[in-house]
Amino acid sequence: MTTNTIEFDDVTKVYGDDMVAIEDVTYGVEKGTTTVLVGPSGCGKTTTMELVNRLEDPTEGTVYYEGTDIQELDRIQLRREIGYVIQEIGLFDHMTVGENVATVPELKGWDRDRINDRIDELLDLMDLPPTEYRDQYPRSLSGGQRQRVGIARALAGDPDVLLMDEPFGALDPITRETLQNEFLEIQEKINTTILFVTHSIDEALKMGDKIAIYDVGEVVQYGTPQEILESPANNFVEDFVGADRGLKRLQVTQVKELLAAPVKEAESGGRGVAVATDGNGSHELSPTDSAQVALSRMIQYDVETLPVTDDGRVVGEIEKSDIHQIARTEG
Amino acid sequence: MSAFVDAWHYFTGNFNEFLTLLQEHLFMVVIAELGAIVVAIPIAILAVQNDRTKRVVMAVGNVSQTVPTLAVIALVYPLLGIGFNSAVFGIWLYALLPILTNTVTGIEDVDEGTVNAARGMGMTDLEILRKIQIPLALPVIFAGIRTSSVINVGTAYLAFFIGGGGLGVWVITGIQLFNTPQMLAGAIPGAILAITADLLFASIERYLGQDNDAQVGVAA
Repeated sequence: MTTNTIEFDDVTKVYGDDMVAIEDVTYGVEKGTTTVLVGPSGCGKTTTMELVNRLEDPTEGTVYYEGTDIQELDRIQLRREIGYVIQEIGLFDHMTVGENVATVPELKGWDRDRINDRIDELLDLMDLPPTEYRDQYPRSLSGGQRQRVGIARALAGDPDVLLMDEPFGALDPITRETLQNEFLEIQEKINTTILFVTHSIDEALKMGDKIAIYDVGEVVQYGTPQEILESPANNFVEDFVGADRGLKRLQVTQVKELLAAPVKEAESGGRGVAVATDGNGSHELSPTDSAQVALSRMIQYDVETLPVTDDGRVVGEIEKSDIHQIARTEG
Repeated sequence: MSAFVDAWHYFTGNFNEFLTLLQEHLFMVVIAELGAIVVAIPIAILAVQNDRTKRVVMAVGNVSQTVPTLAVIALVYPLLGIGFNSAVFGIWLYALLPILTNTVTGIEDVDEGTVNAARGMGMTDLEILRKIQIPLALPVIFAGIRTSSVINVGTAYLAFFIGGGGLGVWVITGIQLFNTPQMLAGAIPGAILAITADLLFASIERYLGQDNDAQVGVAA
């Protein structure tokens, strides 16, 4: 329990007399990781998240925050330690972007200079140049920009935990993907514990270190994206993940995991000739590319093998059969 | 057309009396309006805290608005007698309603996502009210104040019936004595007054709404 920032211990939430939202939910969220709560609508994933910042209280069971029963914590103080991003974004339209971002720091009583520095830092991080955006009003922004402000606002108070309820749900597919990718990069820098709710299994596989799959009020499987793709716990998970889970596995597998052993530098000199670029783009792969990208390039260039380079140096080679192997394995 | 010319002559001929009546009229309108603002806004804010009180206030508000103005004045008369005070009380009572309903609606209509975000970020109920709901509801609250002010200008004409004075003195006397110029000399300034009040409040409303709405065009 010590390494888990948040711990759900046999938690049940009943609304009214008999509307069971979640039942016997038990799992832990490790510090600094992203856990995605995914499932069809009405499955209780949002309710689970709302237990963390005490927008709801459990009917039975206990939620622990840093090892303390959450019921013993002051809910206002707790919420100020937890960043919160919702699908509707909920920006304060009567305040400027800067004022929106300053909300939690102001509630916490930071001094003006520190708040101002924090606003600029976060707007920079979210790719919204402060000189341009700080004094604008939210209504003049696009959907994607508004959600960036929403995330900046949630991060402003230096939260230990970030709750994100379908943060990219209302965005168009292109903006969504851009923001997902940017957020993955930001996540590496901030090292915050994140709880992320979505109904999209693709988003879950992409964003999550761990995934909790919900079916009407119950967690049916909790594990890493690989575990879920390799061995779905039951038919529901199998259906939910989709018939193309072999391909999805390619998405969550990075090229570097396929390299049998790092190629020695001396050898790489000899193989360096394999690196070739043409007008259509690069043939070589980076270790962080997904197996899906590798396969798509192999098809595109009609080759059986592709070199993997890191910082311009060849570190290995991927064969098409390696990729087939991942997709084929049945759990 | 000659009625208007005659009205103009009546107006200039009795200008000093006009000023007295106008002063009485404005005085009733302003006192009643200020009283209504001070009472209605806090009641509305308290009412929205609870679903049942909110429904009661909205129901009372909506039903009361269907009671004719003259009936309100008539009801005040047996209770408070005649004179300026009863007239102001009657106007005040009628002015409460638009402010009450608009304040409740304005606060209620603040986007739920915005309020949820504020709550999830650790604002107390009071902070949500003060920093989020009231500022966002301000343009709607102001629209209520605007409506009730314009209504007041009209209601104050009836003050004459219970001895409250005001421009109603000329209008009602004019009607009773078939003195059309006198009636018009009292009615036209009232119409101008109502329009002026409306425009004045509209410009304040625009100014208040600027933070929220003026940027909409840019987004397109």
